[in-house]
Amino acid sequence: MQPVFKRHGTAFLLLLPTLFILTFFLYLPTIQTFIMSFYQVGFLGLSKLYVGLENYQIIFTEPEYRDIMANTLTFVLGSVTLSMGLGLAFAVLANEKITGARYYRLLLIWPYALPPAVAGVIFLFLFSAQVGIINYFLGQLFGITPDWLADPELAMTVVILASVWKNVGYNVVFYLAALQNLPGDVLEAATIDGATGWQRFWRITFPLLSPMTFFLLIMNTIAAFFDVFAFIDLITKGGPNSSTTVFIYAIYRDGFEYFKSGLASAQSVFLFLLVVVLTVLKFRLQKKVHYAN
Amino acid sequence: MRNTKTLFTHMALILVVSIVASPVIMAILFSTQTPAQIFSYPPKFTFGTAMLDNYTTAWTQFHLGKYMLNSFIIAFAVTTGKTILAFTSALALVYFRFPLRSWVFVFILLTLMMPTEIMIVSLFEIVTGLGWGDSYAAIIIPFLASATGTFLFRQHFLQIPVSLLDAARIDGAGPVRFAWSILLPMSSNVIAALAVIQFVYMWNQYLWPLIVIHDSSMQVVQVGLRMIFSGQDATNWGIVMAGAIITLLPALVTFMLLQEQFSRGFALSQEK
Repeated sequence: MQPVFKRHGTAFLLLLPTLFILTFFLYLPTIQTFIMSFYQVGFLGLSKLYVGLENYQIIFTEPEYRDIMANTLTFVLGSVTLSMGLGLAFAVLANEKITGARYYRLLLIWPYALPPAVAGVIFLFLFSAQVGIINYFLGQLFGITPDWLADPELAMTVVILASVWKNVGYNVVFYLAALQNLPGDVLEAATIDGATGWQRFWRITFPLLSPMTFFLLIMNTIAAFFDVFAFIDLITKGGPNSSTTVFIYAIYRDGFEYFKSGLASAQSVFLFLLVVVLTVLKFRLQKKVHYAN
Repeated sequence: MRNTKTLFTHMALILVVSIVASPVIMAILFSTQTPAQIFSYPPKFTFGTAMLDNYTTAWTQFHLGKYMLNSFIIAFAVTTGKTILAFTSALALVYFRFPLRSWVFVFILLTLMMPTEIMIVSLFEIVTGLGWGDSYAAIIIPFLASATGTFLFRQHFLQIPVSLLDAARIDGAGPVRFAWSILLPMSSNVIAALAVIQFVYMWNQYLWPLIVIHDSSMQVVQVGLRMIFSGQDATNWGIVMAGAIITLLPALVTFMLLQEQFSRGFALSQEK
């Protein structure tokens, strides 16, 4: 128990700006989003009509929005599994006691600091059909030069790869921290008992990492809902044939290009509820996860 | 045996590190080439002859210099403001007793579940309703409060020995003196980590500036980069890549110089 100052006035003044901003720029928009999701908004917001759950009915039943849901799922599954899998593999490699390990670690995580817009622009260039380096190499090696951004599945692949490249460093940092906190004696005992490196990893290391894996799964999933926006906007614009339109892009498109605020809000509420569930799960897990440092 | 394994690890790491670096290395190489050099087949994996031209064009003709300044002002303002507000609110929560204190903390923590990105449609209405459309207030003010920051400072303050506050009070220090001359210096690590992560986070903002800023002279550099290319075929990729390199440099330099604070910061915070 800390000894304390008892000036209510001072405490109030210290908290006021924070509470003010959180109320007006986080709570209020959240509440308004809920309210707006029950309305159909006319062009440029000129008229509002209460439509009850109709917006929700649309996003859960219309083929277009089912596709958006499926695209979001594809993107989240693809990018999260790949960046976590690679993150773990890179972290295991960089955890070996070798000279220069510190520098290897830095060189593995730096893209995480880069702007997503830059990653998007560079990947657009690398996978461009006309001048893209990827197609040059594919042509040389396998004689194929696919038109990446014209094919629905390939376009999604490019978006996933861009996001994995940019985000894998996040997982490397957390997995490295977890690896360094592993009980050395258990691994040593296993070595003495004759376990191979492979067996040690799958039987001991990987299970011991599972709290971290669950934690990262949640963090990566939440991030995947939003961070994809710059990649979609710069690389595919949601196309071809809406095949890369995911929720955050649809919210932007419906809200600011089609001016269907009600529909955009219903999608926002849906995403918001997913985030709430994931965050609650995260707080429950947090006690089991040992952080870096 | 041991040596072979070490050698294998080095080789695997060098391979992985090169693959991770290759997109940016490609971008650097092509940022120096003329359109003819970029379109040449086979592609040239060497420096071209248009480096100065491409970078100057991106900087002046496409106004990246101006956008960078805008981004810097915004990122700096948010970083400073957020750090101060997180510090003061944690100060109130730890060192003061007032009614509903634990509810205030819950109120702050709950905002972790309300990502700004999801609520853009309503936030846009609120912000334009205030007359903040096309102003930096729209980008700066909604981002000034931080649940993560408050939480981190709170955790840090709770670890500071109680005896320090006792001593300060015996010396007659009030809350302001105590915060300024004792807490602040003792929090430099937390402040540095938070500041670095917030700066990079704001520098990398894309969606919200795209929505609220329409006056292109006020735009941030991430969205500015979007304006360099117009339709894939007519694009001068050399200039676009030069723009990309210019845009990534501040974030990369911050990371390289302050990577310890950066790692500590993003390992702790979820960037909000």
